[in-house]
Amino acid sequence: MKKSITLTVNGTAHTIEVEPRTLLVHAIREILNLTGTHVGCDTSSCGACTILIEGKSAKSCTVLAVQANGKSITTVEGLATAEGLHALQEGFHLNHALHCGFCTPGMMLRAVELLEKNPNPSEEEIRWGISGNLCRCTGYNNIVKAIQYASAKMEGRELPSTEPEFV
Amino acid sequence: MIAEPFNYDAPSTLDEAFAMLEAHGDEAKILAGGHSLIPMMKLRFSSPTHLIDINRIPGLAYIKEEDGYLKIGAMTREVDLEDSDLIARKYHIFKDATHLIADPQVRNFGTIGGNLAHGDAANDHPAVMLALGAEVEISSKEGKRTVPIDEFFFGFYTTAVQPGEILTEIRIPAASGKYGSAYYKVERKAGDYAAAGVAAMVQLDGNGNCVKAGIGLTNVNPLPMRASRSEEALVGNQPTDDLIELAARYASEDCNPSEDLRGDEEYKRHLVKVITKRMLKLAIERAQNA
Ligand SMILES: Cc1cc2nc3c(=O)[nH]c(=O)nc-3n(C[C@H](O)[C@H](O)[C@H](O)COP(=O)(O)OP(=O)(O)OC[C@H]3O[C@@H](n4cnc5c(N)ncnc54)[C@H](O)[C@@H]3O)c2cc1C
Ligand code: FES
Ligand code: FES
Repeated sequence: MKKSITLTVNGTAHTIEVEPRTLLVHAIREILNLTGTHVGCDTSSCGACTILIEGKSAKSCTVLAVQANGKSITTVEGLATAEGLHALQEGFHLNHALHCGFCTPGMMLRAVELLEKNPNPSEEEIRWGISGNLCRCTGYNNIVKAIQYASAKMEGRELPSTEPEFV
Repeated sequence: MIAEPFNYDAPSTLDEAFAMLEAHGDEAKILAGGHSLIPMMKLRFSSPTHLIDINRIPGLAYIKEEDGYLKIGAMTREVDLEDSDLIARKYHIFKDATHLIADPQVRNFGTIGGNLAHGDAANDHPAVMLALGAEVEISSKEGKRTVPIDEFFFGFYTTAVQPGEILTEIRIPAASGKYGSAYYKVERKAGDYAAAGVAAMVQLDGNGNCVKAGIGLTNVNPLPMRASRSEEALVGNQPTDDLIELAARYASEDCNPSEDLRGDEEYKRHLVKVITKRMLKLAIERAQNA
């Protein structure tokens, strides 16, 4: 039997009908048509489906839509504002932190919570903090740099160089 | 992957939850963090017809010391243990363990009650609870009962929790005096289950003798395992390097690892020996500094 639930996604409330077994990621992608949230592994391993529920990063392939009833959700579509890109989006863009881009929305949403809890993380804390997100393309170094860039920008510190390093 | 159809309820009190459990018998399952159950339902290894989501019942998540116990509410998330000052000051073993459990997103959801109630020897908290000598509070319509952790795990995915019951609290004898604890597991990659893991707790007296010892092993036995012979060797004695070596050897001999993708039997026994030694040393060092 379908249930009526309300999800506030990126500030807009949506009331939708879902089966209890509908996964949150499918409600977001297929009912709300917000396809920035990806499905990679479908087994809670890769982090491509990461979103924020009440500010906490979550793998939306492992959450039922009904569990999120009444909650506030942020997806990648909610990061940029009228003023422009989010510091993390700018960091990923300037530091070449994506190739195919499949992992990027999940990486960025995970990094939002990481920086919220730890505004100036060490490299190790960043690497450990994104250990639930896989990237098959970049080798992670530029993702770490992008998060360091966003940390500096959000904290008002001097911005690190975004010149590529050739080693 | 989509689970088989089921009905879903999210009661707001324990009494409502008990009534729903009673109505649906063993067709019903409790949904806590969902990070073991939902993957199993998606794979259709588990197909309950009713899910009773206890996330909206207030008062089931807390970490506090009271009446000589560390009390942890069943719905306490891994991330709450990671962020707790009390845990960071006195119960290092949880800091060690949560750091190695899954990944940050999973830790935002997974609960300590679910980690135990899942009844999987691959999970990390069972061994921690064995080492700490925990007891588990199980509640039902009839009231509450307390089960020592040594009588909690029955078999693969089976525990002392019966249909109609909800695990509500975990109680651990509070740390006092020269008390130290530590956990480590070897994992193939960040977020993986243990190839082998060891939880250790020691209590020392004023002369540095070991008066209490607890050692639990992860994923090297069909059930979460207490290394009893190792504990007995330590208690009443000065924990010298030779004695620690002996205790570690006993643990590696007494466990029953099976060969899988994470390694063969010999490798896992070797891991148990090395990690037991290291965790005993770390727990002793922490006890000396307590
Ligand atoms: C990618 C990934 C990696 C993981 N890695 C690890 C790891 O390294 N180490 C580790 O220990 N775990 C790991 N886990 C498991 C994770 O920690 C789970 O969250 C945990 O095992 C179960 O807790 P839960 O709250 O999610 O329980 P759920 O999935 O909600 O429930 C699990 C079972 O317990 C029952 N149950 C839950 N709570 C109660 C209760 N209060 N009373 C009665 N029954 C209850 C449910 O009915 C169900 O049968 C991993 C999970 C994932 C997805
Ligand atoms: S799709 Fe959810 S973790 Fe991979
Ligand atoms: S950019 Fe391709 S997976 Fe990360």
